[in-house]
Amino acid sequence: MIYKETGQYKSSYKSDHAIFPLLQDKIAFSTLMFIAFLIIPFVINSYWEKAILVPFLIFSLAAIGLNILTGYCGQVSLGTGGFMAVGAFSTYKIMTYFPDMNIMIIILISGLITAAVGIIFGLPSLRIKGFYLAVATLASQFFLVWLFNKVPWFYNYSDTGQITVSERTMFGIPVTGAEAPSYATYLFCLVLVVTLSFAAKNLIRSKMGRSWMAIRDMDIAAEIIGVPPLKTKLSAFAISSFYIGVAGALYFAVFLGAIEVTESFDIMTISFPVLFMIIIGGLGSMLGSFLGAAFVVTLPIGLKFLMVDMVGLSAVTAKHFEITIWGLLMIVFLIVEPHGLARLWSIAKEKLRRWPFPY
Amino acid sequence: MRIKQLLIGMTASVIAVSSYVEMAIADLKFPMLVYRTGAYAPNGIPNADGFVDYYKMINARDGGIGGEKILHPECETGYKTQVGVECYEKNKKDAMVFQPMSTGITYQLIPKATADGVTVYSTGYGRTSAANGKVFKWIFNAPVTYWDGASIAVRHILKNNFGNIKGKKIALVYHNSAYGKEPIRTLETLSKKHGFKLMLLPVDHPGQEQKATWLKIRKARPDNVLMWGWGVMNQVAIKSAASIKFPMDKFIGIWWSGSENDVLPAGKGADGYKSLTFNAPGTNYQVHADIKKYVHDKGQASGDGSHFGTVLYNRGLFQAMVQVEAATVAQKIHGTSKITPAMYRDGMENVNLSAKRLEELGFKDFAPPFKNSCENHGGSGLAAVQQWDAKAKKWNMITEYMYGDSDVVQKLIAEDSAKYAAEQKIAERCN
Repeated sequence: MIYKETGQYKSSYKSDHAIFPLLQDKIAFSTLMFIAFLIIPFVINSYWEKAILVPFLIFSLAAIGLNILTGYCGQVSLGTGGFMAVGAFSTYKIMTYFPDMNIMIIILISGLITAAVGIIFGLPSLRIKGFYLAVATLASQFFLVWLFNKVPWFYNYSDTGQITVSERTMFGIPVTGAEAPSYATYLFCLVLVVTLSFAAKNLIRSKMGRSWMAIRDMDIAAEIIGVPPLKTKLSAFAISSFYIGVAGALYFAVFLGAIEVTESFDIMTISFPVLFMIIIGGLGSMLGSFLGAAFVVTLPIGLKFLMVDMVGLSAVTAKHFEITIWGLLMIVFLIVEPHGLARLWSIAKEKLRRWPFPY
Repeated sequence: MRIKQLLIGMTASVIAVSSYVEMAIADLKFPMLVYRTGAYAPNGIPNADGFVDYYKMINARDGGIGGEKILHPECETGYKTQVGVECYEKNKKDAMVFQPMSTGITYQLIPKATADGVTVYSTGYGRTSAANGKVFKWIFNAPVTYWDGASIAVRHILKNNFGNIKGKKIALVYHNSAYGKEPIRTLETLSKKHGFKLMLLPVDHPGQEQKATWLKIRKARPDNVLMWGWGVMNQVAIKSAASIKFPMDKFIGIWWSGSENDVLPAGKGADGYKSLTFNAPGTNYQVHADIKKYVHDKGQASGDGSHFGTVLYNRGLFQAMVQVEAATVAQKIHGTSKITPAMYRDGMENVNLSAKRLEELGFKDFAPPFKNSCENHGGSGLAAVQQWDAKAKKWNMITEYMYGDSDVVQKLIAEDSAKYAAEQKIAERCN
């Protein structure tokens, strides 16, 4: 009864095509946006910013990017870390070449550069699929990280290979660098994430999104009905890389501030976790990207809080438990709900629709 | 029923949290970023144990620092930068000092801690140019920097070659990260000065795969090999060097590549391996007797207590001692036992560990004396060479503590810190 659809008539195509066709969803979403934009900025502190909210937003963006490629277009990729590194290093190079350019523009350009790189590394997808493609993208991960570590031009010949962000402002308030206030970095990321999520959601509902799904479901059939594989696959690679590139740029400029490519964009710190996010969250689901990112970012912190601060275990014992619980949860998830958290949510919605009269 | 249990559980946890928060107010907080898990745990564990045992001993023997108990909450980073940031944000409130024990996390914390007004003490690691206190107000890396280390290693090689190493080949096997790349520029400058050839051999994280590296060394036959390694990388390198029969006394590691954990896996093959150090190994010091009496004999040893007296454990003692001494100095300067993080920084800047003071603290002949000042956050710059005796399973000091090539090092520090100051728009202090 909570999710009652009866009585909500759609009398125009516009209302039928709305992103949130149900009134309940609209209310829930507006409340969420109200809290995110108008309440959190006033109560946020640097712990919530640096440990939870900003990483959550950035990884949501990366997860959306990978979900476009893997969840919607069916092309498995393990190159997320490499593409995020492209975004980060583009931001760094543009920042040092054009000190007066607005940071928002720099980040979007970095996304475009990553998209171009993504197209190049997407070319093999025309010939190979599945596991073989995964290996090819894995190669891009290793190649890109190696490149940014090997060629000193990328890190401006610094002695240590570290790149460090300098301060940039939006409307006079710093959003990068150590002096940036918590609400500013949070809002900056939030605005980008919300705008780009809406763009992605609409892209997926457009012709382009439908051709991605056609390729995912059966590429030969798709080709026969007139979906061009070259254009479709490469557009998926380009748009996915754009999102991942923007996420990488934010990860470097807003979140960490100083980065070393081998450590920060390692396959174990980025590529696999982002893949887990979309698997846990739900392949081919926008909501799933967010839920997965929230799960992967907050689970270790939540477990640590529970075990160290509440129960009083030593930090190292808690870490060992955390690693074990993490592995167990992955297995349990894949067995119990292979379609991820997004599917759990839709089951819950179904139940709420019938409540309190289950049949 | 279920709901009732849930409610009870929630109330209990709320009480637990609030009592935890209350507990943390009165004392001096020394948060610890440790890694007892992951690829760097073999080195992270003994070091962390040294810290904890020293803090416990001070709390038990002296009732804390000037009557204020030391709180030392641990946060496990696994040597990961992102987790390090989380740990820092969690513990930074009222924190006296952070000891990141990772070059990556140190670089991360330098701007953040400077903005927040928290002291960072990276003992003999981190950003070398932080030794320039004029630019890096909140960062300390005494008693010795990597660039000193590189030039001390070269000085040792020079001495063994009667002052002439023209045309000799020196290879640097390094962890392919900010940490491992630190000495390169110094070594390049020195290679021009002394006319030796430098060969750079990076090893990728975590360092288990070094076959290609040592094949190259076998082919090129460098006269000496230097190593900047950490964690499993050290063990693998020493084992590989032994297996290609590279003369071990020509193989010199930095102070982070010279602990028992690094040489023991190579067995007899590691005999003669050298490393730099800025503290003595062993248990023949007053501080060890005190720790035995006040901590270990009461069954409160950190970890399993098996690392007592090892190189990295002793280094942990040294690092903790400097941090505690800084608090004592701060209390003296400001005339109060309840010091704030800003007062603590003043204490760290005025630390003066003379031979006499070291003896009072139970560290007689344990490490060379050093002293911080407004301009100099890098300490004495003294380090010695120790050599592994595989039969006795023991490190022996084979040289006196010596200085590096301060002409070269000081110039590089001035250049690098000036670059940082220009980038971050920092005005020089102490003038």
